[in-house]
Amino acid sequence: MTESYTLTVNEVAYSIVADAQRSLLSVIRGEVGLTGTKEGCDDSECGACMVLVDGRPVNSCSYLAVQAQGRAITTIEGLASGDALHVLQRNMLEEGGVQCGFCTPGMIMSAHALLDQNPDATEEDIRLGLAGNLCRCTGYAGIMKAVVRTAREGLSTDS
Amino acid sequence: MTFTLASSLEEALDAVAAGATPIAGGTDLVVAARGGRTPLPESLVAIDRIPGLDTVTTHEGGLRLGATVSHATIASHPDIVRYFAGLADGSALVGSPATRNVGTIGGNVMNASPAMDTGAPLVVLGASVELASVAGTRVVTVDDLWTAPGVTSASSDELCTAVLLPAQPENSASAYVRLEYRRAMEIAVVGAATRVVLDGDGAVTSVDLALTAVAPTILRVTALDVAGSSIAAAADAAREAASMQATPISDIRASDSYRRHTVGIMAGRAVEAAAGRAAGEQISVPVNRAFGIGAPA
Ligand SMILES: Cc1cc2nc3c(=O)[nH]c(=O)nc-3n(C[C@H](O)[C@H](O)[C@H](O)COP(=O)(O)OP(=O)(O)OC[C@H]3O[C@@H](n4cnc5c(N)ncnc54)[C@H](O)[C@@H]3O)c2cc1C
Ligand code: FES
Ligand code: FES
Repeated sequence: MTESYTLTVNEVAYSIVADAQRSLLSVIRGEVGLTGTKEGCDDSECGACMVLVDGRPVNSCSYLAVQAQGRAITTIEGLASGDALHVLQRNMLEEGGVQCGFCTPGMIMSAHALLDQNPDATEEDIRLGLAGNLCRCTGYAGIMKAVVRTAREGLSTDS
Repeated sequence: MTFTLASSLEEALDAVAAGATPIAGGTDLVVAARGGRTPLPESLVAIDRIPGLDTVTTHEGGLRLGATVSHATIASHPDIVRYFAGLADGSALVGSPATRNVGTIGGNVMNASPAMDTGAPLVVLGASVELASVAGTRVVTVDDLWTAPGVTSASSDELCTAVLLPAQPENSASAYVRLEYRRAMEIAVVGAATRVVLDGDGAVTSVDLALTAVAPTILRVTALDVAGSSIAAAADAAREAASMQATPISDIRASDSYRRHTVGIMAGRAVEAAAGRAAGEQISVPVNRAFGIGAPA
Protein backbone atom coordinates (compact mmCIF):
# COMPACT_ATOMS: atom_id res chain seq x y z
CA MET A 1 0.00 0.00 0.00
CA THR A 2 1.21 3.49 -0.85
CA GLU A 3 2.10 5.78 2.01
CA SER A 4 2.65 9.55 2.00
CA TYR A 5 5.17 10.90 4.45
CA THR A 6 8.04 13.33 4.86
CA LEU A 7 11.69 12.35 5.08
CA THR A 8 14.34 14.77 6.27
CA VAL A 9 17.58 14.04 4.47
CA ASN A 10 20.62 16.23 5.08
CA GLU A 11 18.32 18.80 6.71
CA VAL A 12 16.05 19.07 3.66
CA ALA A 13 12.44 17.85 3.90
CA TYR A 14 11.21 15.66 1.03
CA SER A 15 7.58 14.64 0.44
CA ILE A 16 7.55 10.96 -0.35
CA VAL A 17 4.75 8.90 -1.87
CA ALA A 18 5.92 5.31 -2.01
CA ASP A 19 4.98 1.75 -1.18
CA ALA A 20 5.33 1.09 2.56
CA GLN A 21 7.60 -1.88 1.86
CA ARG A 22 10.30 0.26 0.22
CA SER A 23 13.65 0.35 2.00
CA LEU A 24 15.20 3.61 3.10
CA LEU A 25 18.00 2.92 0.60
CA SER A 26 15.62 2.58 -2.33
CA VAL A 27 13.73 5.75 -1.37
CA ILE A 28 16.92 7.79 -0.86
CA ARG A 29 18.25 6.73 -4.26
CA GLY A 30 15.01 6.48 -6.22
CA GLU A 31 12.74 9.17 -4.77
CA VAL A 32 15.03 11.67 -3.05
CA GLY A 33 17.53 11.26 -5.90
CA LEU A 34 20.73 11.10 -3.85
CA THR A 35 22.82 8.26 -5.26
CA GLY A 36 25.93 8.54 -3.08
CA THR A 37 24.53 5.82 -0.81
CA LYS A 38 25.29 2.47 -2.45
CA GLU A 39 23.53 -0.87 -2.73
CA GLY A 40 25.98 -3.74 -2.29
CA CYS A 41 24.19 -6.80 -0.96
CA ASP A 42 20.72 -5.35 -0.19
CA ASP A 43 20.80 -7.80 2.72
CA SER A 44 22.38 -6.13 5.76
CA GLU A 45 25.78 -7.75 5.23
CA CYS A 46 28.13 -5.27 3.52
CA GLY A 47 27.52 -1.76 4.89
CA ALA A 48 27.64 0.00 1.49
CA CYS A 49 24.20 1.46 2.26
CA MET A 50 25.14 2.92 5.66
CA VAL A 51 23.43 6.21 6.50
CA LEU A 52 22.95 8.00 9.80
CA VAL A 53 19.51 8.14 11.40
CA ASP A 54 19.53 10.61 14.28
CA GLY A 55 23.33 10.39 14.15
CA ARG A 56 23.55 6.62 14.49
CA PRO A 57 24.59 4.20 11.73
CA VAL A 58 21.81 2.23 10.03
CA ASN A 59 21.92 -0.27 7.14
CA SER A 60 19.43 1.60 4.94
CA CYS A 61 18.83 -1.42 2.67
CA SER A 62 17.16 -3.25 5.54
CA TYR A 63 15.32 -0.39 7.21
CA LEU A 64 11.84 0.66 6.10
CA ALA A 65 11.77 4.21 4.76
CA VAL A 66 8.40 4.86 6.45
CA GLN A 67 10.03 4.06 9.78
CA ALA A 68 12.53 6.90 9.25
CA GLN A 69 9.92 9.65 9.05
CA GLY A 70 10.40 12.33 11.68
CA ARG A 71 14.05 11.39 12.12
CA ALA A 72 17.17 13.20 10.84
CA ILE A 73 18.78 11.23 8.02
CA THR A 74 22.34 12.03 6.96
CA THR A 75 23.88 10.62 3.80
CA ILE A 76 27.36 11.02 2.37
CA GLU A 77 26.10 14.07 0.43
CA GLY A 78 25.43 15.78 3.76
CA LEU A 79 29.07 15.83 4.85
CA ALA A 80 30.87 18.05 2.33
CA SER A 81 30.19 21.77 2.46
CA GLY A 82 29.91 23.02 -1.09
CA ASP A 83 33.02 21.92 -2.96
CA ALA A 84 35.06 21.49 0.23
CA LEU A 85 35.40 17.84 1.17
CA HIS A 86 34.77 16.72 4.74
CA VAL A 87 37.98 15.82 6.59
CA LEU A 88 37.06 12.11 6.47
CA GLN A 89 36.59 12.28 2.70
CA ARG A 90 39.87 14.12 2.22
CA ASN A 91 41.80 11.72 4.46
CA MET A 92 40.33 8.69 2.67
CA LEU A 93 41.65 10.08 -0.63
CA GLU A 94 45.04 11.09 0.76
CA GLU A 95 45.69 7.85 2.67
CA GLY A 96 44.74 5.51 -0.16
CA GLY A 97 41.50 4.42 1.48
CA VAL A 98 39.63 4.56 -1.84
CA GLN A 99 40.06 2.29 -4.85
CA CYS A 100 36.82 1.50 -6.71
CA GLY A 101 35.03 3.69 -4.16
CA PHE A 102 31.91 1.56 -3.80
CA CYS A 103 32.34 0.94 -0.08
CA THR A 104 33.59 4.46 0.64
CA PRO A 105 30.33 6.31 1.42
CA GLY A 106 29.29 3.58 3.85
CA MET A 107 32.74 3.44 5.45
CA ILE A 108 32.73 7.19 5.93
CA MET A 109 29.27 7.22 7.49
CA SER A 110 30.25 4.47 9.97
CA ALA A 111 33.51 6.23 10.77
CA HIS A 112 31.66 9.51 11.24
CA ALA A 113 29.19 7.96 13.68
CA LEU A 114 32.02 6.33 15.62
CA LEU A 115 34.23 9.42 15.93
CA ASP A 116 31.24 11.59 16.73
CA GLN A 117 30.40 9.30 19.66
CA ASN A 118 33.98 8.53 20.66
CA PRO A 119 36.47 11.22 19.56
CA ASP A 120 39.30 9.34 21.29
CA ALA A 121 38.66 6.08 19.44
CA THR A 122 41.66 3.75 19.45
CA GLU A 123 42.67 1.60 16.47
CA GLU A 124 40.82 -1.30 18.10
CA ASP A 125 37.70 0.87 18.53
CA ILE A 126 37.92 1.84 14.87
CA ARG A 127 38.23 -1.77 13.70
CA LEU A 128 35.16 -2.71 15.70
CA GLY A 129 33.33 0.46 14.61
CA LEU A 130 33.87 -0.41 10.94
CA ALA A 131 33.16 -4.12 11.46
CA GLY A 132 29.89 -3.91 9.50
CA ASN A 133 31.53 -2.43 6.39
CA LEU A 134 33.19 -4.63 3.78
CA CYS A 135 35.77 -3.49 1.21
CA ARG A 136 36.71 -5.72 -1.71
CA CYS A 137 39.62 -3.58 -2.91
CA THR A 138 41.87 -1.86 -0.39
CA GLY A 139 42.73 -4.52 2.15
CA TYR A 140 41.54 -1.98 4.74
CA ALA A 141 45.01 -0.59 5.60
CA GLY A 142 44.42 2.73 3.82
CA ILE A 143 40.97 3.03 5.34
CA MET A 144 42.38 2.45 8.82
CA LYS A 145 45.08 5.07 8.26
CA ALA A 146 42.49 7.59 7.09
CA VAL A 147 40.22 7.07 10.09
CA VAL A 148 43.07 6.97 12.61
CA ARG A 149 44.33 10.24 11.13
CA THR A 150 40.85 11.76 11.36
CA ALA A 151 40.61 10.71 15.00
CA ARG A 152 43.89 12.51 15.63
CA GLU A 153 42.96 15.65 13.68
CA GLY A 154 39.37 15.81 14.93
CA LEU A 155 36.15 15.24 13.05
CA SER A 156 35.37 18.91 12.68
CA THR A 157 38.77 19.97 11.28
CA ASP A 158 38.34 22.33 8.32
CA SER A 159 39.45 20.86 5.02
CA MET B 1 0.70 -3.42 3.12
CA THR B 2 -0.67 -1.09 5.78
CA PHE B 3 1.68 0.64 8.15
CA THR B 4 0.93 2.32 11.47
CA LEU B 5 3.50 4.32 13.39
CA ALA B 6 2.18 3.86 16.93
CA SER B 7 2.60 6.86 19.18
CA SER B 8 1.25 5.14 22.29
CA LEU B 9 1.11 1.64 23.72
CA GLU B 10 -2.70 1.68 23.47
CA GLU B 11 -2.51 2.41 19.76
CA ALA B 12 -0.03 -0.42 19.25
CA LEU B 13 -2.14 -2.88 21.28
CA ASP B 14 -5.23 -1.97 19.23
CA ALA B 15 -3.27 -2.53 16.03
CA VAL B 16 -1.99 -5.98 17.05
CA ALA B 17 -5.49 -6.89 18.26
CA ALA B 18 -6.65 -6.03 14.74
CA GLY B 19 -4.03 -8.36 13.25
CA ALA B 20 -0.98 -6.15 12.67
CA THR B 21 2.53 -7.53 13.20
CA PRO B 22 4.81 -5.44 15.43
CA ILE B 23 8.07 -4.12 14.06
CA ALA B 24 10.74 -2.65 16.34
CA GLY B 25 14.13 -2.30 14.61
CA GLY B 26 13.24 -4.61 11.75
CA THR B 27 16.69 -6.23 11.78
CA ASP B 28 15.04 -9.66 11.78
CA LEU B 29 11.72 -8.86 10.10
CA VAL B 30 12.91 -6.63 7.25
CA VAL B 31 16.11 -8.56 6.68
CA ALA B 32 14.07 -11.78 6.37
CA ALA B 33 12.10 -10.06 3.59
CA ARG B 34 15.18 -9.03 1.60
CA GLY B 35 15.48 -10.86 -1.69
CA GLY B 36 11.82 -11.87 -1.36
CA ARG B 37 12.53 -14.68 1.10
CA THR B 38 9.75 -14.12 3.66
CA PRO B 39 7.41 -11.38 2.43
CA LEU B 40 6.57 -8.67 4.94
CA PRO B 41 3.20 -9.13 6.67
CA GLU B 42 0.16 -7.36 5.19
CA SER B 43 -0.15 -5.08 8.18
CA LEU B 44 2.67 -3.66 10.30
CA VAL B 45 2.70 -1.51 13.43
CA ALA B 46 5.97 0.21 14.31
CA ILE B 47 6.55 0.30 18.07
CA ASP B 48 9.87 2.17 18.09
CA ARG B 49 8.31 5.58 18.88
CA ILE B 50 6.26 4.58 21.90
CA PRO B 51 7.35 6.91 24.71
CA GLY B 52 9.07 5.13 27.60
CA LEU B 53 9.31 1.75 25.87
CA ASP B 54 13.05 2.27 25.32
CA THR B 55 14.04 2.98 28.90
CA VAL B 56 15.86 1.02 31.59
CA THR B 57 14.38 1.50 35.07
CA THR B 58 14.80 -0.13 38.47
CA HIS B 59 12.17 -2.70 39.36
CA GLU B 60 11.81 -4.72 42.58
CA GLY B 61 15.53 -4.55 43.29
CA GLY B 62 16.35 -5.54 39.72
CA LEU B 63 15.88 -3.85 36.35
CA ARG B 64 13.06 -3.45 33.88
CA LEU B 65 14.22 -3.13 30.29
CA GLY B 66 11.59 -1.66 27.99
CA ALA B 67 11.06 -3.81 24.89
CA THR B 68 12.68 -1.34 22.50
CA VAL B 69 15.90 -0.94 24.49
CA SER B 70 18.68 -1.52 21.94
CA HIS B 71 21.60 -3.92 22.13
CA ALA B 72 23.90 -0.87 22.08
CA THR B 73 22.23 0.45 25.24
CA ILE B 74 22.39 -2.93 26.98
CA ALA B 75 26.08 -3.41 26.16
CA SER B 76 27.00 -0.05 27.68
CA HIS B 77 24.45 0.55 30.45
CA PRO B 78 26.41 0.82 33.74
CA ASP B 79 23.88 -1.11 35.87
CA ILE B 80 23.52 -3.88 33.29
CA VAL B 81 27.29 -4.19 32.85
CA ARG B 82 27.75 -4.25 36.60
CA TYR B 83 24.94 -6.50 37.80
CA PHE B 84 23.87 -8.44 34.70
CA ALA B 85 27.16 -8.67 32.82
CA GLY B 86 26.23 -11.88 31.00
CA LEU B 87 23.41 -10.05 29.21
CA ALA B 88 25.76 -7.21 28.24
CA ASP B 89 28.21 -9.86 26.93
CA GLY B 90 25.43 -11.18 24.67
CA SER B 91 24.21 -7.84 23.33
CA ALA B 92 27.78 -6.64 22.71
CA LEU B 93 28.30 -9.53 20.28
CA VAL B 94 25.25 -8.85 18.11
CA GLY B 95 26.04 -8.01 14.46
CA SER B 96 27.76 -4.68 13.91
CA PRO B 97 27.42 -1.22 15.49
CA ALA B 98 24.46 -0.58 13.15
CA THR B 99 22.74 -3.84 14.12
CA ARG B 100 23.20 -3.07 17.81
CA ASN B 101 21.82 0.46 17.42
CA VAL B 102 18.69 -0.67 15.60
CA GLY B 103 18.08 -4.16 17.02
CA THR B 104 16.08 -4.36 20.24
CA ILE B 105 15.84 -6.75 23.18
CA GLY B 106 12.12 -7.23 22.53
CA GLY B 107 12.81 -8.17 18.91
CA ASN B 108 15.56 -10.59 19.92
CA VAL B 109 13.38 -12.29 22.52
CA MET B 110 10.21 -12.48 20.41
CA ASN B 111 12.05 -13.64 17.29
CA ALA B 112 12.91 -16.74 19.38
CA SER B 113 15.89 -17.96 17.36
CA PRO B 114 17.75 -20.83 19.06
CA ALA B 115 20.93 -18.87 18.20
CA MET B 116 19.80 -15.61 19.84
CA ASP B 117 22.56 -14.13 21.96
CA THR B 118 20.46 -12.65 24.76
CA GLY B 119 18.58 -15.92 25.35
CA ALA B 120 21.02 -17.96 27.41
CA PRO B 121 21.99 -14.99 29.62
CA LEU B 122 18.31 -14.20 30.27
CA VAL B 123 17.67 -17.81 31.30
CA VAL B 124 20.50 -17.94 33.85
CA LEU B 125 19.58 -14.51 35.21
CA GLY B 126 16.01 -15.74 35.85
CA ALA B 127 14.44 -13.16 33.54
CA SER B 128 10.78 -12.83 32.64
CA VAL B 129 8.95 -10.96 29.94
CA GLU B 130 5.93 -8.77 30.34
CA LEU B 131 3.30 -9.49 27.68
CA ALA B 132 0.49 -6.99 27.14
CA SER B 133 -2.70 -7.11 25.09
CA VAL B 134 -5.95 -5.14 25.09
CA ALA B 135 -7.16 -7.74 27.61
CA GLY B 136 -4.40 -7.05 30.15
CA THR B 137 -0.82 -7.84 31.11
CA ARG B 138 0.86 -11.07 32.22
CA VAL B 139 4.41 -12.02 33.11
CA VAL B 140 6.03 -15.25 31.86
CA THR B 141 9.52 -16.55 32.52
CA VAL B 142 11.77 -16.79 29.49
CA ASP B 143 11.93 -20.59 30.05
CA ASP B 144 8.19 -20.69 29.36
CA LEU B 145 8.34 -18.25 26.45
CA TRP B 146 10.33 -20.12 23.81
CA THR B 147 8.58 -23.25 22.59
CA ALA B 148 10.20 -24.05 19.21
CA PRO B 149 12.52 -22.33 16.71
CA GLY B 150 10.89 -18.96 15.96
CA VAL B 151 7.87 -19.76 18.12
CA THR B 152 6.82 -18.29 21.48
CA SER B 153 3.97 -18.97 23.87
CA ALA B 154 2.74 -15.39 23.35
CA SER B 155 -0.41 -15.02 21.31
CA SER B 156 -0.46 -12.89 18.17
CA ASP B 157 -2.35 -10.06 19.89
CA GLU B 158 0.26 -9.73 22.63
CA LEU B 159 3.15 -7.31 22.63
CA CYS B 160 6.26 -7.79 24.71
CA THR B 161 6.46 -4.56 26.68
CA ALA B 162 9.46 -5.31 28.90
CA VAL B 163 12.11 -7.79 29.96
CA LEU B 164 12.38 -8.07 33.75
CA LEU B 165 15.70 -8.86 35.41
CA PRO B 166 15.30 -9.87 39.07
CA ALA B 167 17.73 -8.88 41.82
CA GLN B 168 20.68 -11.29 41.80
CA PRO B 169 22.04 -13.27 44.76
CA GLU B 170 24.95 -11.90 46.80
CA ASN B 171 28.42 -12.97 45.62
CA SER B 172 27.15 -13.86 42.17
CA ALA B 173 27.93 -12.83 38.61
CA SER B 174 27.14 -13.96 35.08
CA ALA B 175 28.97 -14.34 31.78
CA TYR B 176 28.13 -15.33 28.20
CA VAL B 177 30.70 -16.84 25.87
CA ARG B 178 30.00 -17.75 22.25
CA LEU B 179 32.03 -19.59 19.67
CA GLU B 180 32.38 -17.40 16.61
CA TYR B 181 34.63 -17.70 13.57
CA ARG B 182 35.05 -13.92 13.27
CA ARG B 183 34.53 -11.05 15.67
CA ALA B 184 31.59 -9.26 14.05
CA MET B 185 28.61 -9.94 11.77
CA GLU B 186 28.51 -13.47 13.10
CA ILE B 187 25.89 -15.90 14.34
CA ALA B 188 26.68 -18.08 17.35
CA VAL B 189 28.12 -21.44 16.32
CA VAL B 190 27.32 -22.36 19.92
CA GLY B 191 27.22 -20.33 23.13
CA ALA B 192 26.93 -20.73 26.88
CA ALA B 193 25.82 -18.44 29.69
CA THR B 194 26.30 -19.04 33.38
CA ARG B 195 25.47 -17.40 36.64
CA VAL B 196 27.81 -18.48 39.38
CA VAL B 197 27.12 -17.91 43.09
CA LEU B 198 30.14 -18.17 45.39
CA ASP B 199 30.16 -18.67 49.14
CA GLY B 200 32.25 -16.46 51.41
CA ASP B 201 35.34 -18.68 51.01
CA GLY B 202 35.48 -18.67 47.22
CA ALA B 203 33.92 -22.11 46.76
CA VAL B 204 30.88 -22.51 44.54
CA THR B 205 27.36 -22.39 45.93
CA SER B 206 25.52 -22.87 42.63
CA VAL B 207 25.90 -22.65 38.87
CA ASP B 208 23.07 -21.93 36.45
CA LEU B 209 23.91 -22.84 32.88
CA ALA B 210 22.08 -22.30 29.57
CA LEU B 211 23.19 -23.03 26.03
CA THR B 212 22.80 -21.34 22.65
CA ALA B 213 22.35 -23.00 19.24
CA VAL B 214 22.47 -26.62 20.39
CA ALA B 215 18.72 -27.38 20.65
CA PRO B 216 15.42 -26.18 19.12
CA THR B 217 15.28 -23.46 21.78
CA ILE B 218 17.74 -22.02 24.28
CA LEU B 219 18.55 -25.00 26.51
CA ARG B 220 18.70 -24.82 30.29
CA VAL B 221 21.13 -27.44 31.63
CA THR B 222 19.58 -29.38 34.50
CA ALA B 223 20.89 -31.33 37.50
CA LEU B 224 24.14 -29.42 37.75
CA ASP B 225 24.89 -29.97 41.42
CA VAL B 226 28.19 -28.32 42.23
CA ALA B 227 27.54 -26.94 45.72
CA GLY B 228 30.76 -26.82 47.72
CA SER B 229 33.07 -27.58 44.82
CA SER B 230 35.99 -25.51 43.62
CA ILE B 231 35.62 -23.23 40.62
CA ALA B 232 37.77 -25.57 38.53
CA ALA B 233 35.63 -28.57 39.47
CA ALA B 234 32.45 -26.62 38.72
CA ALA B 235 33.84 -25.65 35.31
CA ASP B 236 34.59 -29.32 34.61
CA ALA B 237 31.09 -30.34 35.64
CA ALA B 238 29.59 -27.60 33.45
CA ARG B 239 31.70 -28.72 30.49
CA GLU B 240 30.54 -32.29 30.83
CA ALA B 241 26.87 -31.52 31.47
CA ALA B 242 26.70 -29.10 28.52
CA SER B 243 28.15 -31.60 26.06
CA MET B 244 25.91 -34.38 27.43
CA GLN B 245 22.64 -32.46 27.35
CA ALA B 246 23.11 -30.62 24.05
CA THR B 247 21.15 -32.00 21.06
CA PRO B 248 22.78 -30.06 18.23
CA ILE B 249 22.22 -30.33 14.49
CA SER B 250 24.78 -30.33 11.69
CA ASP B 251 24.62 -27.47 9.24
CA ILE B 252 26.93 -25.45 7.04
CA ARG B 253 28.42 -23.74 10.09
CA ALA B 254 29.37 -26.77 12.18
CA SER B 255 28.74 -30.49 12.58
CA ASP B 256 26.71 -31.85 15.46
CA SER B 257 29.74 -33.47 17.09
CA TYR B 258 31.80 -30.27 16.81
CA ARG B 259 28.95 -28.31 18.39
CA ARG B 260 28.56 -30.87 21.17
CA HIS B 261 32.27 -30.66 21.95
CA THR B 262 32.67 -26.89 21.73
CA VAL B 263 29.54 -26.04 23.71
CA GLY B 264 31.22 -27.80 26.63
CA ILE B 265 34.33 -25.66 26.19
CA MET B 266 32.20 -22.52 26.12
CA ALA B 267 30.33 -23.63 29.25
CA GLY B 268 33.60 -24.19 31.15
CA ARG B 269 34.91 -20.80 30.10
CA ALA B 270 31.65 -19.11 31.04
CA VAL B 271 31.91 -20.60 34.54
CA GLU B 272 35.50 -19.38 34.90
CA ALA B 273 34.57 -15.87 33.72
CA ALA B 274 31.42 -15.59 35.85
CA ALA B 275 33.27 -16.91 38.92
CA GLY B 276 36.07 -14.42 38.27
CA ARG B 277 33.57 -11.59 38.11
CA ALA B 278 31.81 -12.82 41.24
CA ALA B 279 35.18 -12.77 43.02
CA GLY B 280 35.67 -9.14 41.99
CA GLU B 281 37.89 -9.58 38.93
CA GLN B 282 37.35 -6.92 36.24
CA ILE B 283 36.55 -8.78 33.01
CA SER B 284 35.23 -6.33 30.46
CA VAL B 285 32.25 -6.81 28.17
CA PRO B 286 32.15 -8.82 25.95
CA VAL B 287 34.06 -11.56 27.73
CA ASN B 288 34.72 -13.20 24.34
CA ARG B 289 37.59 -10.73 23.84
CA ALA B 290 39.34 -11.85 27.04
CA PHE B 291 39.33 -15.41 25.67
CA GLY B 292 40.54 -14.24 22.26
CA ILE B 293 37.65 -16.00 20.50
CA GLY B 294 37.20 -15.17 16.78
CA ALA B 295 39.94 -14.22 14.36
CA PRO B 296 41.88 -11.12 15.43
CA ALA B 297 40.41 -7.99 13.86
C1 LIG C 1 23.65 -8.27 10.18
C2 LIG C 1 22.87 -8.85 11.33
C3 LIG C 1 23.56 -9.46 12.37
C4 LIG C 1 22.87 -10.01 13.45
N1 LIG C 1 23.59 -10.59 14.44
C5 LIG C 1 22.95 -11.12 15.50
C6 LIG C 1 23.69 -11.72 16.55
O1 LIG C 1 24.91 -11.75 16.53
N2 LIG C 1 22.99 -12.24 17.60
C7 LIG C 1 21.64 -12.18 17.67
O2 LIG C 1 21.06 -12.66 18.65
N3 LIG C 1 20.90 -11.62 16.69
C8 LIG C 1 21.52 -11.09 15.60
N4 LIG C 1 20.79 -10.53 14.60
C9 LIG C 1 19.33 -10.57 14.66
C10 LIG C 1 18.63 -9.29 15.16
O3 LIG C 1 19.43 -8.15 14.97
C11 LIG C 1 18.24 -9.36 16.65
O4 LIG C 1 17.45 -10.49 16.88
C12 LIG C 1 17.50 -8.10 17.11
O5 LIG C 1 17.49 -8.05 18.51
C13 LIG C 1 16.06 -8.04 16.60
O6 LIG C 1 15.47 -6.85 17.09
P1 LIG C 1 14.58 -5.91 16.15
O7 LIG C 1 14.04 -4.84 17.01
O8 LIG C 1 15.32 -5.49 14.96
O9 LIG C 1 13.43 -6.96 15.73
P2 LIG C 1 12.34 -6.88 14.57
O10 LIG C 1 12.93 -7.36 13.29
O11 LIG C 1 11.65 -5.57 14.56
O12 LIG C 1 11.32 -8.00 15.13
C14 LIG C 1 11.70 -9.36 15.23
C15 LIG C 1 10.46 -10.21 15.52
O13 LIG C 1 9.96 -9.95 16.80
C16 LIG C 1 8.65 -9.39 16.74
N5 LIG C 1 8.66 -8.30 17.73
C17 LIG C 1 9.56 -7.27 17.80
N6 LIG C 1 9.34 -6.54 18.91
C18 LIG C 1 8.28 -7.12 19.54
C19 LIG C 1 7.56 -6.82 20.74
N7 LIG C 1 7.93 -5.80 21.53
N8 LIG C 1 6.53 -7.62 21.08
C20 LIG C 1 6.15 -8.67 20.29
N9 LIG C 1 6.81 -9.01 19.16
C21 LIG C 1 7.84 -8.24 18.79
C22 LIG C 1 8.45 -8.94 15.32
O14 LIG C 1 7.10 -9.00 14.92
C23 LIG C 1 9.31 -9.95 14.57
O15 LIG C 1 8.62 -11.14 14.40
C24 LIG C 1 21.46 -9.95 13.49
C25 LIG C 1 20.77 -9.32 12.45
C26 LIG C 1 21.46 -8.77 11.39
C27 LIG C 1 20.70 -8.09 10.29
S1 FES D 1 23.50 -2.94 0.82
FE1 FES D 1 22.88 -2.71 2.85
S2 FES D 1 24.30 -3.87 3.94
FE2 FES D 1 24.81 -4.30 1.87
S1 FES E 1 37.32 0.62 -2.48
FE1 FES E 1 36.36 -0.89 -3.67
S2 FES E 1 35.11 -1.88 -2.20
FE2 FES E 1 36.28 -0.59 -0.98
